[in-house]
Amino acid sequence: MKAGEPEEFIVDGRRLDGRRMDELRPLKIEAGVLKRADGSAYVEWGGNKVLAACYGPKEIHPRHEANPKRAVLRTYYSMAPFSVYERKRPGPDRRSMEISKVTRQALESVVFTHLYPMTAIDVFIEILQAQAGTRCAGITAASVALADAGIPMRDLVPACAAGKVGGHIVLDLFDVEDNYGEADLPVAIVPRTGEICLMQMDGNLTQEEFEQAFELAIKGCMQVYEKQKEALRKAYEKRSEE
Amino acid sequence: MNQDIIADIRKDHVERLLDEGRRVDGRGFDEYRKVSVEVGVNERAEGSALVTLGRTRVMVGVKLAVGMPFPDMPDSGVLTTNAELIPLASPTFERGPPDEDTVELARVVDRAIRESGCIELEKLCIEEGELVWIVFIDLHPLDYDGNLFDACTLGAIAALKNTYMPKLEDGKVDYKTRTEEKLPVRDTPVEVTYCKIGRHILLDPCLEEEEVLDARLTVGYNEKGEIVAMQKGGSGTFTREEIVDIVRKGREKAEFLRQHIPG
Repeated sequence: MKAGEPEEFIVDGRRLDGRRMDELRPLKIEAGVLKRADGSAYVEWGGNKVLAACYGPKEIHPRHEANPKRAVLRTYYSMAPFSVYERKRPGPDRRSMEISKVTRQALESVVFTHLYPMTAIDVFIEILQAQAGTRCAGITAASVALADAGIPMRDLVPACAAGKVGGHIVLDLFDVEDNYGEADLPVAIVPRTGEICLMQMDGNLTQEEFEQAFELAIKGCMQVYEKQKEALRKAYEKRSEE
Repeated sequence: MNQDIIADIRKDHVERLLDEGRRVDGRGFDEYRKVSVEVGVNERAEGSALVTLGRTRVMVGVKLAVGMPFPDMPDSGVLTTNAELIPLASPTFERGPPDEDTVELARVVDRAIRESGCIELEKLCIEEGELVWIVFIDLHPLDYDGNLFDACTLGAIAALKNTYMPKLEDGKVDYKTRTEEKLPVRDTPVEVTYCKIGRHILLDPCLEEEEVLDARLTVGYNEKGEIVAMQKGGSGTFTREEIVDIVRKGREKAEFLRQHIPG
């Protein structure tokens, strides 16, 4: 047993933060929050606070990275030093490099990059405060920022994790569950077609548990999707009033 | 620009063959290339393995050192996995600090090794809070012909199972004296990778397939067949049925790979 591990994860059918097994943490999404960015979004998801900004399509530097057939999508996931309990050393580390890569690939599956050859579309994700599930919050924010920038896409990309804690399959792990739980399964989807564009897993799951967690994560994504659309709708309403 | 056009032509070619039920190298869709695993291939490493998967060759070395434990795990050994994609192994690998592909490879291999709990890290404590064994796994592809994930994970676990503890004297490691004692390993995780090209799902992509794939799914399994790691790659997508199906059928392929580990 690791230091700080709770004895039980589920008490009287409720999780340690009071949620049911299939309940998301409170989720708030706002689009168009930054002035300078072409598109932006702010996500508060439980104890996660995440900003995403999109710049582009724009001229690409260095020029040799240009692609004559499509825009180059570049994603940068980064954690603020004060976003975690123990200060994180600033700058990219191995974890953020991997997350940047899988985030880019998830978004590439929906962005019509072929419309903007020889250009770059940059997406910056900044984790200001972390409480587990930051890659999902980051992708969720990033796709709203892309849409807010008016980049043509075939859909938004909501992301959500499911996992296993204390023998139970649960939705959207928060930090205690993530640190001491048995498995974490982040998933991102293309809701209109049901395709899976991001999928990772660590921990231990049987086939049955996996299939259960997978379905639960997809359901979570659909809830996140509704919030994303709502955020964009609100941003455009506000703009039309101005 | 030329490379881009060539890639499109290649993709057409690979996909057209697949539509006819054929793979570029003549394999079945659900078939691994020839696998071989040799252990104890390096006298300086405490554990080592050389994996051949078709024309992909990977050397994995396990080195042991002593050092401080993590503060939150004071009585547990430490595992570190590193990969190096050296330019010797492919014209597309470049010198310099690890790029995202290198980092992803090391982290995905690490995931299966770590999450399966195969190394009994709790037995690697020398003095609680002060001194523990650190296990370094170095993944070293020598010839890159696709699917490094499966080859490196297989090499890592084969090397770990063939790792002998060096002698420890007054908190210092004597690397020249190898003991008879093996590194405590209790499970044999392996990873199985499928890729998707067009509408086709293929096991163990070779380089030509890897270069044109739409999506990739790597699944790690422990000996019991439980899932311990997963990673989707590529800019394309899978349907949920495809994922569930891959995870199911990968289990038997994991067992096939495991049989190649000597000893």
